[in-house]
Amino acid sequence: MFHRESGVFKTTYSADMALYPLPIAKWTMIALAVIFVLIVPLAVHEYYLSILNLIFIAIVGALGLNILVGYTGQISIGHGAFMSVGAYTAANLAVKLGLPFWLTLPAGGLMAALIGVVVGMPSLRIKGLYLAIATLAGQLIIEWTINRVPAISGGAQASIEVDRPSLFGFAFNTQGRLYFFLLFFAVIAIIATLNLVRSRIGRAFVAVRDQDIAAEIIGINIYRYKLLAFAISSFYAGVCGVLYTYYFGIANYEQFQLIVSIDYLAMIIIGGLGSVLGTILGATFVTLLPIVIRIFMENVGSLFFTAVEMANVISGLRLGLFGALIIFFLIVEPEGLNRLWRNVRSYFRVWPFSY
Amino acid sequence: MDDAPILDVVALSKKFGGVTAVQDVSLDVPRGGILSIIGPNGAGKTSLLNMISGFYKPDTGRIVLEGKNITHRKPSEVAQLGVARTFQNIALFSGLTVLDNLMLGRHVRMKAGVLSSVVYWGMAQKEDIAHREACEEIIEFLKLQDLRKLPTAALAYGLRKRVELGRALAVEPKVLLLDEPMGGMNQDEKEDMARYILDVNQERGVTVVLIEHDMGVVMDISDHVVVLDRGRRIAAGTPEKVQRDPKVIEAYLGTARSRSGA
Repeated sequence: MFHRESGVFKTTYSADMALYPLPIAKWTMIALAVIFVLIVPLAVHEYYLSILNLIFIAIVGALGLNILVGYTGQISIGHGAFMSVGAYTAANLAVKLGLPFWLTLPAGGLMAALIGVVVGMPSLRIKGLYLAIATLAGQLIIEWTINRVPAISGGAQASIEVDRPSLFGFAFNTQGRLYFFLLFFAVIAIIATLNLVRSRIGRAFVAVRDQDIAAEIIGINIYRYKLLAFAISSFYAGVCGVLYTYYFGIANYEQFQLIVSIDYLAMIIIGGLGSVLGTILGATFVTLLPIVIRIFMENVGSLFFTAVEMANVISGLRLGLFGALIIFFLIVEPEGLNRLWRNVRSYFRVWPFSY
Repeated sequence: MDDAPILDVVALSKKFGGVTAVQDVSLDVPRGGILSIIGPNGAGKTSLLNMISGFYKPDTGRIVLEGKNITHRKPSEVAQLGVARTFQNIALFSGLTVLDNLMLGRHVRMKAGVLSSVVYWGMAQKEDIAHREACEEIIEFLKLQDLRKLPTAALAYGLRKRVELGRALAVEPKVLLLDEPMGGMNQDEKEDMARYILDVNQERGVTVVLIEHDMGVVMDISDHVVVLDRGRRIAAGTPEKVQRDPKVIEAYLGTARSRSGA
């Protein structure tokens, strides 16, 4: 937050291109690492750890969607379905072949990437709302297929139970242990995305988003990059689906329905399109929102409603607030939480001598 | 200077529905020169450029770059073969910085794939740094030093035109197609841009094909001028010769003889 660029002189290009070009940012990262690796898992109650775990999973999925929507400018309402592809791939491999998570996880991601490329093919011809409808079709077709084909869905209620992941005999079978498992993948996903978007590939994605004609004229094959964006985005979604599966101990298509795709779109819109930090903030915000509303209503709402009414009120309020917030952000701060953070930061950048 | 033309356009025609945009136009672009294409609005200049860079498929005719037929190549392939261009209406990547716009010009010269990009260690980073050096050289050449980290959306019009020229240069083209690089500029900006174009041509040895409406600039900096009118080539040659051509005076500058020196 307290950026102090003055006095920092970079003498090499690699220093100028570093992810954290300022010395203070390195200390911030170390502090964050200490908090998340040492303090939080020891000091925080298991219930809150489980919420953090959900946030970590959401971050992975939302990063993938932001690569596609925020950076490459291609809309997709099929993100939930890509998650289910990853989830069922991993669940089947884990149950039928007994494969460990470090094989099922990339396998789920790759399968989702493959399906993602197929669903993304219309993007070569159509844009915007039309592409949205095409990916919506993808979402519904995948949902239907998983639901109706017992070979994929495992038959009864289209759900497959899986064992919790384990490494060298150490089972991640409690929220505290899953915390480290999921934190690891969230951090990997964040670093990978940061690297991707500052590299040649990421620049090409933004070029396709900003000016596809000019992108072609400097030699970027826009079709290839659109499909690549779908592949990478779906890979993240697939991994996210696998993580959900291991987290809940069950792969169930109901966790990956259309509403999930919308939730993830909300995360990146509220957080900030084309921003990694925004994705993290958005994923946190959208995951916390229903929980905060529930806790709030359980405490305050019990004054006005009976317990039965309350369940309805909470679910209704969640949807209503959700919609209201998206509209609010689109109007007030289209660039999302990330922009708010930047505004705060640039205010403090020259504080207290802001003239 | 090599005698064989670097870019050879042979009998190119293009119709849009019933409208003939370009009809049987041929032109030789000599290596290392500056060739200007002029003509009244709707003469087919931009259509011709769009065909050379691969956006339009010509109905008939051939485009040959250094002996290689590039007539039906995709725009990205034409770019890879060494033809860069700028647009009449600036087409920068507005969300990216000046530096990143230039780095994108290097895109086809870079190789880093998804995996090495994600890791961004070793090869991808080394490659980025090597190409960053090439971009910094262009930044210096075009005097964009203090703008390199600014998003191009924030720049003034004339500067954006200059950044677009820089991005085209970053491709390291053999032939540079400039579509009205001075459109909408004031006299000072025009002079700057004309100087940059001459430097690009002379210092960097890039062959330039230029569409421009400012006759003063065209006559000053061009080695050759081709005049189009209603899709047809009506004259070609040195600026002096074209200026005196009665057909040009009639079609382009109007029939008033007294203005022929314009």
